[in-house]
Amino acid sequence: MSYDYAKYLRKGKLPHIWCAGCTYGIILKSLIRAIDGIGWAKDDIALVSGIGCASRLPGYVDFNTLHTTHGRSIGFATGVKLANPKLNVIALGGDGDMTAIGGNHFIHACRRNIDLTIFVFNNNIYGMTGAQYSPTTPKGAWATTSPYGMAENTFEITSLAIGSGASFVARTTAYHVAHCEKMMKEAFQHKGTSVVEIINACPTGFGRKNKFKTPASMLTWMKDSAVNIERAKNMSPEELVGKYTIGVLHKVDKPEYIETYDTTVGLKK
Amino acid sequence: MAKKVEFMMGNHAVAEGALYAGCRFFGGYPITPSTEVAERMAERLPQVGGRFIQMEDEIAAMASVIGASIAGAKSLTATSGPGLSLKQENIGYAMLCEIPVVIVDVMRGGPSTGMPTGPSQSDIMCAKWGTHGDHPAIAVTPASVQEQFDETVRAFNLAEKYRCPVFVLTDAIIGQMMEQLVIPEPGELEVIERPKPTCKPEEYLPFDMDKDFVPLAAFGSGYRYHITGLHHNSDGFPTNDPVLHTKNTIKIIERLDKNYDDIVKVEEFMTDDAEILVFAIGVSARSAKHAVVEARNVGIKAGLVRPLTIWPFPERHLDRILNKNKIKGIVVPEMNLGQMTFEVQRVAKGRCAVEGLYSLMLDPILPSEILEKIRRFV
Repeated sequence: MSYDYAKYLRKGKLPHIWCAGCTYGIILKSLIRAIDGIGWAKDDIALVSGIGCASRLPGYVDFNTLHTTHGRSIGFATGVKLANPKLNVIALGGDGDMTAIGGNHFIHACRRNIDLTIFVFNNNIYGMTGAQYSPTTPKGAWATTSPYGMAENTFEITSLAIGSGASFVARTTAYHVAHCEKMMKEAFQHKGTSVVEIINACPTGFGRKNKFKTPASMLTWMKDSAVNIERAKNMSPEELVGKYTIGVLHKVDKPEYIETYDTTVGLKK
Repeated sequence: MAKKVEFMMGNHAVAEGALYAGCRFFGGYPITPSTEVAERMAERLPQVGGRFIQMEDEIAAMASVIGASIAGAKSLTATSGPGLSLKQENIGYAMLCEIPVVIVDVMRGGPSTGMPTGPSQSDIMCAKWGTHGDHPAIAVTPASVQEQFDETVRAFNLAEKYRCPVFVLTDAIIGQMMEQLVIPEPGELEVIERPKPTCKPEEYLPFDMDKDFVPLAAFGSGYRYHITGLHHNSDGFPTNDPVLHTKNTIKIIERLDKNYDDIVKVEEFMTDDAEILVFAIGVSARSAKHAVVEARNVGIKAGLVRPLTIWPFPERHLDRILNKNKIKGIVVPEMNLGQMTFEVQRVAKGRCAVEGLYSLMLDPILPSEILEKIRRFV
């Protein structure tokens, strides 16, 4: 089975900057298939990112692409969307970009329920700067700035999004390619703030020093740790230790921000 | 037909000027003494088909106006000292990525939280050098409620014409006071609309280094391209080439130098035969003008140089006067500890004495204080 990705890729911009074994290329392909699947025109898509490895993705795809400052993609994306609500606006970034430096913007976009799709590429580490701990680095894990083991608690990204008011929240992994594409499609089709956490692997920064000797072992970890949300409903808490759920974790119908604003201020009768 | 005349607050006049200039988006965050700009925009923008948002912080506010501008809307934000510090990250982004936006800074006493309700002129250098790296900067400096309106319109025009962020650098006195405002008729003041690219989308080079100006295509207009805060090539994609990095940085700075005559606006008051100059902006210039008139009344040949553009620095204007007149000295009254005085000294190059008159007191510098300085040069 072959799929023509070239239609969406910019000519002459590959090879990408990602390391061998990085899973971002897999996500890029899922993203292209998801967009192609729902049939959005390239002109109508604004893809906005922050800073970091994940945030370099927009440069490779043939949309309106905006590579902004560290953590600020959602602020820029909010302005793009308000100035032209017809655009399908996607903001993406890594765990550090979205939940550390960009954490405030993340929770407030969710609170507003503005019609943005937010993808958080979670690889549990700051990859580009060379493996410093992020808000999702597991307790005890090694990073260059936690050489004795991570002492801080972690953010649980999907809970953060749900607690902040996002109306669609899902989790998937780079390993589950078909599932990832499906979650992306559902997020695109949802009106309101949609957040998808995508579990990723950084073999270079995280894996090597955290008992994942090879990139393949990280994919195996994703496969073995992910439990579909439907299956998890029939599992005991003991059975779920060390696992995480994937699927649509939260979905509610809730007024979207720009529509509410336009009605409130009289722009729309 | 009689002109529409209003009695209006300076900050509201900025908002009205922005709307006159075609501003259709405001992203802001509450901060004294600029908040009235946001309040007015929140009320007025929907009436003209625009949108307002109060963002979660100053950083996001700056990000939102850049995003809106990229999507085609003329955009405004307003802040004061601490907010200006926070906005600097994305102001640098707009400078490098050549995005037109207007930033109002209603100056209050700093540094840090400083004097929230007290006027100041201490962000002059922050407007020019606040963000890191070498970069272009335009700042206009109104001194009355009428100029709050008119100079905001000019700020939008300059932003569009030169594809860069423009500061409206005002202060807590000009921003908060009420004065007469004559609202210009539509068409009375020039309003520059953003030009659209005419080339084929596949030939569009949004950052063409070999052209002085390239129109900025709105996202969604069929020109798909990439914008990055990394140093980039003419096509917008990142480059590590130091030659291109140098070339582009110089280009965006020199664009302002090349258009000095269009950008830099200066009121020269009684300077023709002046032997002593006062160089002042904003609220200090109002006192300065009074002092110059009083000096003339007692036979002292004083004149006022009042920049309405402080960045780029009006050095050619000052240089011309210094070459033409035999100037004994320049008095520079400013509500800070000498930010503008050092620039005047730089331009004077020892041709005359330059005397600063600094104040961190929260009242305007008095005409009598300026007059006393003028007298010392007699």
